[in-house]
Amino acid sequence: MTAVQTLPLEPGVVGRLFAADRPTLDAHLSAYGALPAPGNLLELVDRAGVLGRGGAGFPSARKIAGLTARGGGVVVANGAEGEPASDKDAVLLTHAPHLVLDGLSLVVAAAWAKTAYLVVSRPTLLEPLRRALAERRERVPVKLRLVEDRFISGEESALVNALTGRPGLPSDRLVRVYERGVGGRPTLVHNVETLAQIALVSRFGTEWFRSVGSHDEPGTFLATLSGAVGRPGVFEVAYGGRLADLMGTAEAGSPQAVLIGGYHGAWVPGVDVDRVRLSREDLAPFDASIGAGVVFVLGQDRCPLEESAQIAAYLAGESARQCGPCLNGLPRMADTLARLARRERDPRLPGEVERLRRLVTGRGACTHPDGTARFVASTMRVFADEVARHQRGSCRVSASR
Amino acid sequence: MSRRPAELHIDWTRCDGHGACAELLPELLDRDEWGYPVARGTLVLTGALRDHAEHAVEVCPVLALRIR
Repeated sequence: MTAVQTLPLEPGVVGRLFAADRPTLDAHLSAYGALPAPGNLLELVDRAGVLGRGGAGFPSARKIAGLTARGGGVVVANGAEGEPASDKDAVLLTHAPHLVLDGLSLVVAAAWAKTAYLVVSRPTLLEPLRRALAERRERVPVKLRLVEDRFISGEESALVNALTGRPGLPSDRLVRVYERGVGGRPTLVHNVETLAQIALVSRFGTEWFRSVGSHDEPGTFLATLSGAVGRPGVFEVAYGGRLADLMGTAEAGSPQAVLIGGYHGAWVPGVDVDRVRLSREDLAPFDASIGAGVVFVLGQDRCPLEESAQIAAYLAGESARQCGPCLNGLPRMADTLARLARRERDPRLPGEVERLRRLVTGRGACTHPDGTARFVASTMRVFADEVARHQRGSCRVSASR
Repeated sequence: MSRRPAELHIDWTRCDGHGACAELLPELLDRDEWGYPVARGTLVLTGALRDHAEHAVEVCPVLALRIR
């Protein structure tokens, strides 16, 4: 079981999402108080500036407004955490299920929805969630569903397809799920952490929510730390916090680089860690964004090209295999990167990686090829010295072993 | 009141790389090494391209094209 640790937001202040000492309803109510009447949830969420915590960071109020306008729709709490380096949704659902369920219930009411789903991809979450649901009485009962634990299972349209009884693969994006989703009805998909944040805003208000973080990125988010860290696990962090502080708490030492945003993210070089804040502004120059809060630390003893080639190969294997450029291009790109990692001296290899990266970008139903290409581009850019070294037949990490 | 210009949309989940579209719209489309259409630039349909695109939509054997 992954450790849950809360980064102090200010001296004496406990993390927001894990204030309950047990996952039961009475511990939840004891820690947070009763859920207030919905009120004008949409306005509240809009003023609080809650951003989606599923990876895209889309303003949550806009999504809710889209469904409210249509009525009779479906709300899906998305806990299908297919990213291997991410644990935050599982930890949240295990330790604070009632915050998530509060948020779901609020959004269902605000959006005039008629159906609610809670979706997970890890079977071990089912029993604890059934127990949590059994403790509650909802006007719109929550349907608990399990989907396949694949990287793209949590993609919005893939999730909707799975819930509609079709294969859980992404659809062409011409028809958006908020127009036609589960069972053909307007559907709103929210990450479970987003719903938990909404439940907090509903209780404590906009000013409280905005008391940490920045104006454009208010509040906290959950980060999953893994790799060369002494204390891996899920941490609650304020937006705009220093990456170095988070790394220090996780006992990271001095890394070669840090992958921010998961396998579709980008690398921040080790030398830049000290000056980077966890904000859009600071991460943008690296083509990185917080995404779903995945932070993977690359230690000094791992070859970055070998590591990246393995990630690229994994991503290629996770293609839904529906779209030609992704199905064909991702394995070819991963293989070319692997050849570079193996120190093959063909001078055409870096150019070939670049060519394939451009070729797969924007040519698929979902953003799996784009995210993979972005990761590969970051690898080639940040580790350009290592690429050059490998092309000459050597590797800095292997040489020092 | 201005309207968004018409654009060719490819449903990649249907596309099988048959290539009829690239033959009918060589100004807009090339094909990659696996036969799939590659946009040379934008897929905005101006003037006569609109007619050719409508033909391509009809001719695509897997109904992968739409104009939006």
